Amino acid sequence: MTAILGLAACEFRIALRNRWVAIAVAMMAVFALVLSAAGSAPTGEVGADRLSVTVASLTSLAVYLVPLLALLMAFDAVAGEIERGTLPLLLTYPASRGRILAGKAIAHLATLALALAVGYGSAAAAAFAVDPAAANGLPALLRLFWSSLLLGASFLGLGYALSAVARRPGAAAGLAIGVWLVMIVLYDLGLLAAIVADGGGPFTTGVFPWLLLANPADAFRLFNLAASEATTAAAGIGGAANAIPAMQALASVALWPFLAFGLALFALRKVTP
Amino acid sequence: MTALILSQVTKRFDRTAALTDVTLSVAPGERVALLGHNGAGKSTLMKIVLGLIPADGGRIDVLGVAPGSPAARANVAYLPENAAFHPSLTGEEQIGLFLRLRGEPAGKAGELLDRVGLGDAARRRIGTYSKGMRQRVGLAQALIGRPRLLVLDEPTSGLDPVSRREFYGILDRLAADGAAILLSSHALTEVEARTDRIVILSNGVVVADDTLAGLRRRAALPTRIQISARPGAADAVARELTAGRRNGVMVDLVCAADKKLAHLGSIAAMSDMIEDVDVIPPSLEDIYDHYSRRTLS
Ligand SMILES: Nc1ncnc2c1ncn2[C@@H]1O[C@H](COP(=O)(O)OP(=O)(O)O)[C@@H](O)[C@H]1O
Ligand SMILES: [Mg+2]
Repeated sequence: MTAILGLAACEFRIALRNRWVAIAVAMMAVFALVLSAAGSAPTGEVGADRLSVTVASLTSLAVYLVPLLALLMAFDAVAGEIERGTLPLLLTYPASRGRILAGKAIAHLATLALALAVGYGSAAAAAFAVDPAAANGLPALLRLFWSSLLLGASFLGLGYALSAVARRPGAAAGLAIGVWLVMIVLYDLGLLAAIVADGGGPFTTGVFPWLLLANPADAFRLFNLAASEATTAAAGIGGAANAIPAMQALASVALWPFLAFGLALFALRKVTP
Repeated sequence: MTALILSQVTKRFDRTAALTDVTLSVAPGERVALLGHNGAGKSTLMKIVLGLIPADGGRIDVLGVAPGSPAARANVAYLPENAAFHPSLTGEEQIGLFLRLRGEPAGKAGELLDRVGLGDAARRRIGTYSKGMRQRVGLAQALIGRPRLLVLDEPTSGLDPVSRREFYGILDRLAADGAAILLSSHALTEVEARTDRIVILSNGVVVADDTLAGLRRRAALPTRIQISARPGAADAVARELTAGRRNGVMVDLVCAADKKLAHLGSIAAMSDMIEDVDVIPPSLEDIYDHYSRRTLS
């Protein structure tokens, strides 16, 4: 355990010095505040408090930003060590590869948690400033926070895996952007196109819900929106998937980190320095 | 028990045979130097010993267990060739991490860095260190705990002569405590007197495994006797000794080591024609060349 914590402390220190912590926090804070400012014009749906509305827009933001931040932090994790030539020595130490991965993950998750706390926190503060009933939205905000961490953990794991496979930071960065594009942008576009082509046929009712659940980002969106029905109006693609219960979406969001870290560990074990 | 045993270890990279039937051992308290030109296979051998890369064939026994196994990693220290560290960490933080990875308190970092002469730079980022300073950080991490086997890949490259002497001083104390030490170098001159045994690797093949004295004896390289004759006597001296002449006064005689005394006797008999005599034994480079060249031809 001291090995994991030691690794995590060093990794966090490096993230601080490389300004990664500052960049992540600033990015979340700026986007969150811009969203709350933009969302303050209409008076919201009937019955919904200010914070619940904000959570809905933060959810759509998190779907894009959290995987991106996670991948950006993770892509260098293994490839960077290989490039610097620091990996061989590290691997001769008693700490297993699983522990090395765990140490890095704790540091990166802590960075992400800090960025999310600041970003969501400032959005919440903005909501409280204009609506005293905003406290009603706090459970939704809390849910968004921990599910965002789970989403981040999934993409951290994926990032470590492709970092180990690519072996070079440049190639790993390219792969990371590719994974983000495919899983976050193209995946939904593809599903949308398939639904339109299907015209409400067997694909839409039988296959589509499972495909949504299979993608951690879609499952994350479904979970947060299904859990706060008041705001399904803001859901976009989520509207088509009202049939999927929140628990199934949560199961996907919670299982993905394990799958991703399993992949990362498998890839790291294959690395010969 | 022997700390390290390699027997008939073989490793290929695609077309190149990096190691062929390498057999060697290191006993506790013994300092063994692994010598060879660039590309001879020294680093490959060390990485196999550490379990970083698998061997293709042969048997490797590290402290009685398999290379790279948890028990081996707990007791083996490694100094990689061109030791590298994260440039954003300070020396103290980096050594602190390595200490914690071995289950020791990070607070010992300062003491370790003092021991390798980096006390003053401990709080500076490694990105600002010179190559020699990074090498010392590498050495400091190899001293953590009480490693029973140290595997040091070209540990003295980048060190100035004074630091090199200090480095060998540290090794002497480790060996006296019972640690087995395997270190590599591409120059015999760097390791000479401070090691117990020398293994010479040439193109992945062990071509010699002996003490320096043994290597010297078995190589049986000729000794050179250099005679400075009195003015005008050089021709006569050269004729008398059937030796070559370098210039007006110097006469060069090359002979087998066991003929040396006989020659010196006849030189002494001509003392009225001779100013001075120098006996030049084969240099370390000559000996090293002798062994490392044998498999090339
Ligand atoms: N990862 C590798 N892939 C292919 N060839 C390698 C690799 N590592 C080493 N070699 C080759 O193996 C031989 C021995 O290399 P090395 O052990 O680094 O030599 P040394 O450390 O004695 O300079 C060289 O011919 C080198 O090119
Ligand atoms: Mg080498």
